[in-house]
Amino acid sequence: MELDRRSLLTGVAAATGAAAATGLPLPAAASERAEAPPDAVGMLYDNTRCIGCKTCVVACHEANFPNPWEEEQGRLHFDPVDLDDRCRNIIKLFRDGDRWAYVKRQCMHCIDPACAGACMIGALQKREHGAVTYDASRCIGCRYCEVACPFNIPRFEWNKPASSRIVKCELCKDRLAEGKIPACCEVCPTSAVIYGRYPDLLAEAHRRIAAEPDRYQDHVYGEHEAGGTQVLYLAGPEVSFAELGLPALSDRAVPDRPRSIQHGLYQGFVAPAVLYGVLGAVIWRNRRKAEVSEAAGEPEETR
Amino acid sequence: MTLTSLAALAQERLLEHRVDRRDFLRICSIAAATVGLPAAAAEEMADAVAAGKKPSVIWLSFQECTGCTESLLRTSHPQLDTLILDLISLDYHEALMVPSGDLAEKARQQAMDANDGKFILVVEGAIPTKDGGIYCQVGGKPAMDIVRETADRAGAIIAIGSCASWGGIPSADPNPTGATGAPQVLTGKTVVTIPGCPSNPYNFLGTALQYAVFGSLPALDDKGRPLFAFGRTIHEHCPRRAHFDAGRFVQQFGDENHRLGYCLYKMGCKGPQTHANCSTQHFVEVNDAWPIGIGHPCFGCTEEELAFRVPQFTTAKIERPTPPDTYPPITAEKGEVGYWATGVAGAVLGAAATAGVMASRKLSRETAEAEAGGAGEGGEGGGKEA
Amino acid sequence: MSTATAVPVAGPLWTRPFKIVFGVAVFGLLLVAWRFLVGLGPATGLNDGYAWGLWITFDVVCGTAFGCGGYAVAILVYILNKGRYHPLVRPALLTSALGYTMGAIAVGVDVGRPWWMFKIPFVPWQWNLNSAQLEVALCISAYVVVLWIELSPAFLERWRKDEAHPKLARFSRRTLPVLEKALPWIIALGLLLPTMHQSSLGTMMLLSGPKLNALWATPIIPLLFLVNAVIMGYGVVVMESSLSAHFFGRKRETAMLASLSRVMAFVVALWLVLRLGDLALRGLLAESFSSGALSFWLWLEIALVAAALAMLLRRAKLVDAGWLFAAGLVTVVASTLYRFNSYLTAFNPGDQYSYFPTVPEILITVGMLAIELAAFIWLVKTFPILSGTRPRARGEV
Repeated sequence: MELDRRSLLTGVAAATGAAAATGLPLPAAASERAEAPPDAVGMLYDNTRCIGCKTCVVACHEANFPNPWEEEQGRLHFDPVDLDDRCRNIIKLFRDGDRWAYVKRQCMHCIDPACAGACMIGALQKREHGAVTYDASRCIGCRYCEVACPFNIPRFEWNKPASSRIVKCELCKDRLAEGKIPACCEVCPTSAVIYGRYPDLLAEAHRRIAAEPDRYQDHVYGEHEAGGTQVLYLAGPEVSFAELGLPALSDRAVPDRPRSIQHGLYQGFVAPAVLYGVLGAVIWRNRRKAEVSEAAGEPEETR
Repeated sequence: MTLTSLAALAQERLLEHRVDRRDFLRICSIAAATVGLPAAAAEEMADAVAAGKKPSVIWLSFQECTGCTESLLRTSHPQLDTLILDLISLDYHEALMVPSGDLAEKARQQAMDANDGKFILVVEGAIPTKDGGIYCQVGGKPAMDIVRETADRAGAIIAIGSCASWGGIPSADPNPTGATGAPQVLTGKTVVTIPGCPSNPYNFLGTALQYAVFGSLPALDDKGRPLFAFGRTIHEHCPRRAHFDAGRFVQQFGDENHRLGYCLYKMGCKGPQTHANCSTQHFVEVNDAWPIGIGHPCFGCTEEELAFRVPQFTTAKIERPTPPDTYPPITAEKGEVGYWATGVAGAVLGAAATAGVMASRKLSRETAEAEAGGAGEGGEGGGKEA
Repeated sequence: MSTATAVPVAGPLWTRPFKIVFGVAVFGLLLVAWRFLVGLGPATGLNDGYAWGLWITFDVVCGTAFGCGGYAVAILVYILNKGRYHPLVRPALLTSALGYTMGAIAVGVDVGRPWWMFKIPFVPWQWNLNSAQLEVALCISAYVVVLWIELSPAFLERWRKDEAHPKLARFSRRTLPVLEKALPWIIALGLLLPTMHQSSLGTMMLLSGPKLNALWATPIIPLLFLVNAVIMGYGVVVMESSLSAHFFGRKRETAMLASLSRVMAFVVALWLVLRLGDLALRGLLAESFSSGALSFWLWLEIALVAAALAMLLRRAKLVDAGWLFAAGLVTVVASTLYRFNSYLTAFNPGDQYSYFPTVPEILITVGMLAIELAAFIWLVKTFPILSGTRPRARGEV
């Protein structure tokens, strides 16, 4: 390859610029752990108190779907097998011989949610009281939130031909606005799931473990997982959190790493602007050189 | 007596009381069925009883409200109260017998002497133990002593009602009289307890008749309770169980859910912890004549740990919550790999691969041809090097 | 910069191969209409665990990478000033324009509420600046426009001679010089935008956190995706050029492609170094052999790239058009596999979820490719895009 020095140098400069602009391992912007908002609320679920009555499943369904029973024609019970586009909250059973335990699954309302980090148009966001809520008027149905959520919570209306929305627990935002509490917490007969201010719930969870250490595993799930969630879990010692379907996650919030990279690269849009300037200048100068050499009679093909 | 003469005698006695033999058999069937005896036993019972082979019963009453006696007498068929009293020979019962005072006590002695080792002792009411048991005395004698001396000579001992079984309402906090049940006083003896407040009459009837006709007692649990009645909790046979399982609960007395007959668990129903058969054997032969049937949560009246101890509206622990398999599992399988899809995908990839290989070969051949054919149109003039 | 040798390809449009491609394309469109009648659930094998499947992974992520030919060639021609590759620019731009346009259309077919897509560039107050996908969406939208503008001289050159439509001809005559002057800044944009979004396509998958296997979830994923895009671009250009020469009677550019392949070899080697170096530096080499099926996919990915490199280094054989084409094909396949692995194979939402595309899903993808191919054929036969044709020989399209 014949390169004249100048074009080599400009080429290298451009390449370096490109590489720098695209993500050699930069010292990532020091990732800060996000804190729960000051008015954060949440839920505390204690599976040693849960009797598996599933009232919360029914209450959630009735609170969130305006015509629940009309649409469930022919069904004796509302008995979903998993979260889906008609079920935002579910009680599941782990069973292995004589070892068994219930677990309630719904959105964890993470302090730094992956779904909100994913949604490019802000359909899913942390809004009042830190609840992660959904605005269908913005959603394009791209399902990046489903890909991002480490708990696999958001569900999609797969069977609608068009205008499919994402469905998930929104902490009964409409009821909260009316001064009520989430439906599941209101109806629970044993207060297995309770609603309250996040710091209070966290303190209560630790208090329960300290008061009855034999009754619980010594771990409040959600205190640190994925950077902390506003829904906390206590469980009895027989069945581990992992067996209950609550995965072991690092303390780092899921969106933290890609966000650090994006911010590192595009902070203030400086790098792209600089790169654009460099590229434009190089191309312009190369064109000038080409015009000069063509005028001098050197055909293009020799370059 | 031969069977035929027994039957004739039975017929005679029935006619005396102006009661249909069918009704009579019916009540014997219920009694037999309650105890879990086969249908044929009912006839045997009926005939034995009609023939006058009635067990002697000495019924002692201590700290009681007489509710258990009343429940035994309250049936839907008039005249049968008399008949019930004819199924057993009630030789001593303070509320029902004719004599009183010394005569009553003498009757008791006579019955004990006449049926020594064979009579059934029924205890109704709790027995105070504090201060020598002076808080309940009959004829100047403390209940404790009366029950002990009678029990020594009894063939079978039945404690009817929660008070006699474990102390009942007199034993509620602070229990100033030291009230306790018959088994606690009659240590070392087999005491059949039939708790309930009141107890279900058929539980008693069946037990007593089994003893009388067959000389045996039904199988008992560790508290002396017949298993046929107290082997299961109310919750396991509750007619409202479907509502519990489906999560439909009464939230407040009188609300819509209450009117719809939903589960009363949230109202403090102790059904899940209470061993009794009220849910299948309603009271006094009236359908739904039991607490949950009329819309009131179970109070746990048979259980020493619950009745008069735990507040009505405190929710019960579920004693045997072995969950049914109809709960969603932690992981439900989703998604599938279709056979047709795999085939089509394979076909598409295969076709693409084949096309690629063929194209490559064709182009190679063309290059070779072009080179063989000299410079020509196929190749680009000049520049084989950069 | 002269493009004097570009002319529309001679010959009728409705040849038999074209009819077949067109038929497949129409069938694909009918299936797309059906998808909008029944919904994504019945039409695809997607589920809440695997919310992205064949369409996002192949049609969009790989499809736009197929469209990086323009990007890759523009770097050579306009930045490194290698004028000899100039004849490759326009066809590469066309492939890119079609690839990106079809990629954007594929997104429209895949999402559940496609009409809101068009709102996105116009509502900056709703943007989530933390989302890598926002940047991808905005850049791709802009890049599609830039590509067609960059390609527009091909259309304007034909239209300026179109006496049947004098207004169009006048417009073309006036616009061409303006474009000529603005070209450096348009091309610069056409270099900046793919740099941004092709790398961010990689960053996007980091948001799946623990669900993306560690062997693929690296902080240098944006760099890997960017280099991968460049390799893919070159591979596609080599393939497209070889096939066009054969089918359209275009002047064979074996020597030019051979020298291009030396550049390719360098970039492919760079990718290999980055990939293996990353695994080594993160201490994952041992794990790369002990991860079951994923180990197979990882080492297949690397083996194919190594094979491409090996083919590209055999200088003596590169004069053979078939070898060249095969090298390009292997490069494209290897790069596609890397993207497939990053988006699908190495993504594990949980053992209870499984995914395989349904037959309609596969056929719609094939249909999309057919639409691209039909459009390519029509456009090269209508507008001056390909350079230096020779008389049509037997069997050519």
